Amino acid sequence: MPAYILRRLIQSALILLGVSFITFVLLYILPADPVRQIAGRSATAETVASIRSQLGLDKPFIVQYGTYLWNLLGGDLGRSYLQKTEVGALLVSRLPATLLLMVAAIFCELAIGLTLGMIAALYRGRPLDNVLMLGSFVSVSAPQFVVALLLLYVFAVKLGWFPIGGYGTFAHLVLPALTLGILGSGWYSRIMRSSMLDVLRADFIRTARAKGLNRTRVILAHVLPNAILPVIAMVGIDIGMFMSGIVVVESVFGWPGIGQLAWQAIQRVDIPIIMGVTLVSAFAIVLGNLLADLIAPLIDPRIRLR
Amino acid sequence: MTVNASISLEPVAVSSHSVWRKLAQRKLAVIGLVIMLICVLGATLAPWITPFDPNEQHFDGLTIEGAPLPPGAVYWLGTDLLGRDLFSRLLFGAQTSLVIGVVANGVALLIGTLVGVTAGYFRGVVGAVLMRFTDLMMAFPALLLAICLAAIFSPSLWIVAMVIAFVNWVQTARVIFTQTSSLVERDYIAAVKTLGAGHGRILFRHILPHLVPTLIVWGTLGISTTVLLEATLSFLGVGVQPPTPSWGNIIFENQTYFQSAPWLVFIPGAAILALALGFNLVGDALRDILDPTQQGRD
Repeated sequence: MPAYILRRLIQSALILLGVSFITFVLLYILPADPVRQIAGRSATAETVASIRSQLGLDKPFIVQYGTYLWNLLGGDLGRSYLQKTEVGALLVSRLPATLLLMVAAIFCELAIGLTLGMIAALYRGRPLDNVLMLGSFVSVSAPQFVVALLLLYVFAVKLGWFPIGGYGTFAHLVLPALTLGILGSGWYSRIMRSSMLDVLRADFIRTARAKGLNRTRVILAHVLPNAILPVIAMVGIDIGMFMSGIVVVESVFGWPGIGQLAWQAIQRVDIPIIMGVTLVSAFAIVLGNLLADLIAPLIDPRIRLR
Repeated sequence: MTVNASISLEPVAVSSHSVWRKLAQRKLAVIGLVIMLICVLGATLAPWITPFDPNEQHFDGLTIEGAPLPPGAVYWLGTDLLGRDLFSRLLFGAQTSLVIGVVANGVALLIGTLVGVTAGYFRGVVGAVLMRFTDLMMAFPALLLAICLAAIFSPSLWIVAMVIAFVNWVQTARVIFTQTSSLVERDYIAAVKTLGAGHGRILFRHILPHLVPTLIVWGTLGISTTVLLEATLSFLGVGVQPPTPSWGNIIFENQTYFQSAPWLVFIPGAAILALALGFNLVGDALRDILDPTQQGRD
């Protein structure tokens, strides 16, 4: 086990190194010029050249990347080209909002997904099961921004229950969390349904029924705990999907997290911020996958770590 | 005789006739097929069945105050902020979605298959490097990468398609790699090798045909992912650029009117959802039918 964890940690570090390299290459070869963005249209060639050398953008690629990595090792993600602030500080100021949204969204996904998946499994093959499974397909096929705008239209514009966007109170959190929750629930409900069906077929359930326990008791005490655990292990993988989704949802709802930060930075070609957000997201994805792999055998001893 | 022996050892292929029959027995798959058919027909027949030119700004297409018209007798689904017919733009938008869906997903499948088969068949250093690269791509936040690339390369239909292909080939590569490496271990491959078959013959006659079911499944499911990604990029304004209509950019252009003219957002939104849903339903049914490990489960 310790050897496995060590190997996975080294692998994860290498993956992050790779992500940083590829992102750096992509941003280096891109046709948009950050210096022009900073200097403005009317800048003279001399101003442009001086800004370029100030930012170290006149140096060869390998020197630029080396410097970036070296600073990164010391925890320095560089400075934003336009806001002039430390990228690390910007990320730290934006992360709480994103983490709050993540926790709330995963809670919504699990609450909706597990309940619906459980009901579908108990009514397997009946019309309710078909409707719920169609619903799960609809939720994985729905574009995020459409669901976000729909919830905004119904609950904020028409009913006025929640604010149109922004950050600060619990009411601000509901719609963005619900958007992500509805979209993610389809995935969970399908996993929950098949996990429930697997457990319902197991020998120990037949034994429990045979010794005379009633159906409700069997489901609550024996089926549910065993069916839910493997689904919970999936939350780690879900973090990856979450990181991909926040750009759109945070932009639509004006949620001041790292997704919105990334979108603003992309529009202004603010490379250090784009690098920083990509690395933080990749870190979250790698960490999530690692946790999922480490938790799975704890929950189900039949899964062995290789 | 040896030839017969090598053939009988191969996994059984599924006939296309029985696949259609099994698809027709599933309600959800039939719903999906109908949606797919409507979208494909709508897109291909768009030049003939649209009542108006999708880019024509009609003089009577806006109210006196300059607001878009709601759905009605002349403009069936209403008009957009420039007084263009939404129904016509929607049908031409279906062309954009399907073209990107097919092209981007085709390229993604091609890259995924090349990487997966190469890594699974030849293995060794090349295989290890390819699969580590695939792992690396899995750690990228896909949408962030796509938005970044699309925003930075001034977007056009083909750039958007290539960006989507670039972030979407990874899953295919992993699945194809797993399948190829298990096929390579089978006895029939050892048998055809003993008979003197070269790499080309083994790959094209004895490996690729068995990957076809997987490719069909991923080809169908992938179109749904691709359509959603294109719509998202276009909604953010970094996808297909107006005036070329795309369901995502129709919403992007009209979102300022979303409170007073919600149909301009929700009708194209429903179209995106329907198309993605159709391909998801059919793809999922195909996976159940074509993948022997899924049989008996539901």
